[in-house]
This record gives sequence, C-alpha cells and structure tokens, in this order.
Amino acid sequence: MTTVISVPPSLDEQTFELVVEQLAPVPLGEKILVDARHARWASPFGLTALLCVAQSRPEHMSFAVPENPDTASYWSRAGFFRHAAEVYELLGAVPRPREVHESDVLLEITPIVRTDDVHGVVGRIQHKAADILHGQLGLDTAITGAFGMTLSESCQNIVEHAGQGGWVAVQSYSYRKRLGRRVVVIAVCDAGVGFRESLESAPNHRRSDRWDDAMALEDAVLRSVSRFRHGDAGRGQGLAGIRRFVGRWHGKLTVRSGTARIAVIPEWDEDLPMTESLPFFPGAQMQITIPERIGEPTPRAKTGASTRPRPRERSS
Amino acid sequence: MSLLIDVGTVLRGTVCDLYSNLVTRPTGAAVRTAIERQVVEIGSPVVTTIDFSQVNLLDFSCADEIVAKLLLRYAAADGPTGYLLFRGIHEGHLDPIETVLERHMLALVALHDGMAELYGVVTEEERLHWETVRDHGPVQSDTVARLLDVEWAVAEQHLEQLRNRRLLMRHSGGFAVPGTGPELT
Repeated sequence: MTTVISVPPSLDEQTFELVVEQLAPVPLGEKILVDARHARWASPFGLTALLCVAQSRPEHMSFAVPENPDTASYWSRAGFFRHAAEVYELLGAVPRPREVHESDVLLEITPIVRTDDVHGVVGRIQHKAADILHGQLGLDTAITGAFGMTLSESCQNIVEHAGQGGWVAVQSYSYRKRLGRRVVVIAVCDAGVGFRESLESAPNHRRSDRWDDAMALEDAVLRSVSRFRHGDAGRGQGLAGIRRFVGRWHGKLTVRSGTARIAVIPEWDEDLPMTESLPFFPGAQMQITIPERIGEPTPRAKTGASTRPRPRERSS
Repeated sequence: MSLLIDVGTVLRGTVCDLYSNLVTRPTGAAVRTAIERQVVEIGSPVVTTIDFSQVNLLDFSCADEIVAKLLLRYAAADGPTGYLLFRGIHEGHLDPIETVLERHMLALVALHDGMAELYGVVTEEERLHWETVRDHGPVQSDTVARLLDVEWAVAEQHLEQLRNRRLLMRHSGGFAVPGTGPELT
C-alpha cells in the first residue's frame, strides 16, 4: 500500500507541519508518495524541507510534481527538481533545467555536505546580496557582511552537527500576509541527528528528566551550548551570532528539531516562542527572515562599553 | 625583530587560492596553524602584526579560531614570547572579533588609520592607563601616575597587568604600546 502525503497549496514553514503530521504516523518501510500536484507556491523553507522529507526515511519515496506550469517552472528555476531527482522518484512533467537568472533568488537550493560547500555559498551570494539587501530591501550596506556571516554559521551547523548533508536556499519575496513588505529568507534544512542527539553526544552532557527536544533547542539557541564546548570555550557562538543578527535587523529566527520549534520573534510577528509536542521530524530546520526597511533608523551593531575604543584626545 | 602576516595571503596559500572569505572553523584552524608556523620559523619576533585587510568576510568560527586562539596562546605561560598587533580590521570584522574577545575575556591592540586602538574586555582603569601610554609613550609609570592623578603603585599595577596581557610592552624601564615604537621587550 502507498501512503499519499499531500503538499498544501502554499507551502511554507507553518504549513510544512501539515506534511509532517501526515508523514509521522506512517510506519517505516511503507511506500510513500509526496503529492505536490496541487501546490502553487513554496517558500525556500518549504522547498528545502521537501528535500529533507525524502532523506528522513530509508525507503525511496515518489514525488508528484506540481501540475501548474508556472509553479513547476519556478520550482525548477529555484533548483528544486535538480536535487529532487536524486532523492525522489519524480512523477509528472518536470520542466527542463535552465540557468537561474531570477532576480529574487539570491541562492538557489544548494546542497551542504562539506566545509567547501559553505565557502561556495558565501562566495556566490556576495555580489547579489548587496543588490537585494541594499537595493531592493533598503537595508543599510552594513548588513551585507553580517548576512554572509549568518549564512556561513547556519550552514556550518549542518556540516558539524547533522551527520549528513542538508540544503540551503536564500530568496527575497513579498510577505504580504503578515508584514506587507518584502523579506529576504534564509532556509537551512537537514534531516540529520537534530539538536537533542547532537548535544547528547557531548562528553559532559547530563540527561535530566526534563531533557527533550525543546530543552535542547533552548540550550543551543538561547544559551549557546554546543557539543564541542567541553574543552573549547569558543564553541557555540554561531547561533548566538545569528540570534544577534536577527535582532539587529528586526528579523525572525525559527528552528525546528525533532518534536519542538523555537522562535525568536520580532515585533511584527505573533508566533509562539516555543512549540512542543509536534509530530517528530528528524534533523534541524532553520529559517531566518529579514524584512524590508521602511522608515526606521538604521540599526547599530552591538556595542559594549568595555569593548569599543572611546573617542581619543591626543596630546601634542 | 617584527613580522607582518597577511591573513588573506595565508588563506589563499593554505586553504584555497580562490577564497577571500575567512569562514568555517576548519579554515580558521588551518590559517592559525600556518600563522603559528611562520612565527616559529622566524624565531619568535617581538611584534607579530596580523593583517586582515585582504579578508573580505570573517565569521564567528574563524574569529574564534584565529583571533581568540592566537591571543590565548600568547597569553599562556608556555606561549610564544612577543606581542600580537592587528591591522586591517574593518567594520564588518568587528562584530565577530568583539564577540569572541568577550567570550574569552580577551583584548587586543589593533592599528586603525595609523593609530593604535584597544578592543575587547578591559576595565575602565586599564583602558585609561593604556590610552595614557598610547598617547604619551614610551612612558614611565610615574609619569602615567601623574597624568592620571593616581598613586604610582596603582599605575604600576595596572600597567603590569596590561603588560601581562600583552597589551603593553616594556620599554627602557617604562611602557609602550606594541608596534608603536622601538621593538623592545
């Protein structure tokens, strides 16, 4: 028997939960068809997470491609089918692969397996990032470097913690539903071991009765705990840096892992800081959303009284 | 004796000649190892200047592997002799560098537009003493005490602390900021 997992018409971080709800109860070994025929739109998170669905189980799944030609064409230009063909058996009309020249696709879906891949994505986005972040979204030019840094750190989480490859995509689009502005979104998804198992592998890890996916996410995202911290106090700064970047630019950060999802929420959003008891999905799925700037003053980088040189008075 | 190390050149020569971004922890570790090798080969220079001007992007992992770990090595009792001086640090490098300095409670001296600046974790008293040495040095501790209107013993204590942290160096019985004067110990 084949279980059909229906992809919602609009697939984003929220509606991906509908996919997981259908997938979680399916016994291992059962045939699965992921049915995206009626899908019309997908965010970078939705597309990268769909690739992770295929990686989440040992059995090879089938994937029915969107029937709408515009949707299929866009997914193709975002690089989805090129990678989906490697992890799914594709059913339906797949548009022929073409070079990506989308003005709003900052980084097409890119696999992250090794350190070199991180160098590759950071190098590739640099010129276009300035155009989109500064040109389209009106953000200060200072964001470009910090954006690359955030992209680097989020991709390194896959290399160092997932135990297998993952996917990254970066795109800008109009986020009318909640914000009425354009946003740029980084989606980094894997179906690896997830935060809980990664932190459990630390030599100094102590399990407690409360230890679960939610606590692991709090440790990693809010308390900068890393499985490498034992003996190396410098570890765990990547997610802290991402959180600071998101705060500085009024953005939103969400990380789902296992059965929990943590959110760092800006003033324009009404998400829950922590959602627990979700249906299980392996690995870690991260989304960083930075909104267009309209009228607000340019945010400043963090400063500490003890860390910045003060204005000088030089004696003659 | 002094040594100038261009981090961009080290990056391209050590990891990949196509890279101009210092990202990922293995890259940072490889670059730091190459820098340490150069320091050993030249025979413990008095001042080693680490130049970031050819580095486009620096992430937290590389800032930790290169900046923090080099400073920690120099601060260790069995670490290299001499002093580290940084230059070519631009605005985009500051956030990751300051973050790792705070994390490890470290501080560094960097040249900015030809002027030495102090970054990282220092007390207000330490900063005042350091700036006095920068602005008047090489200078004796009694002169610093007079300029800051503090007891000589207090000034001497702060200046010695700064020297132990390799943020100041001894110069003819007085103190100087590394890289801003004759290269003495």
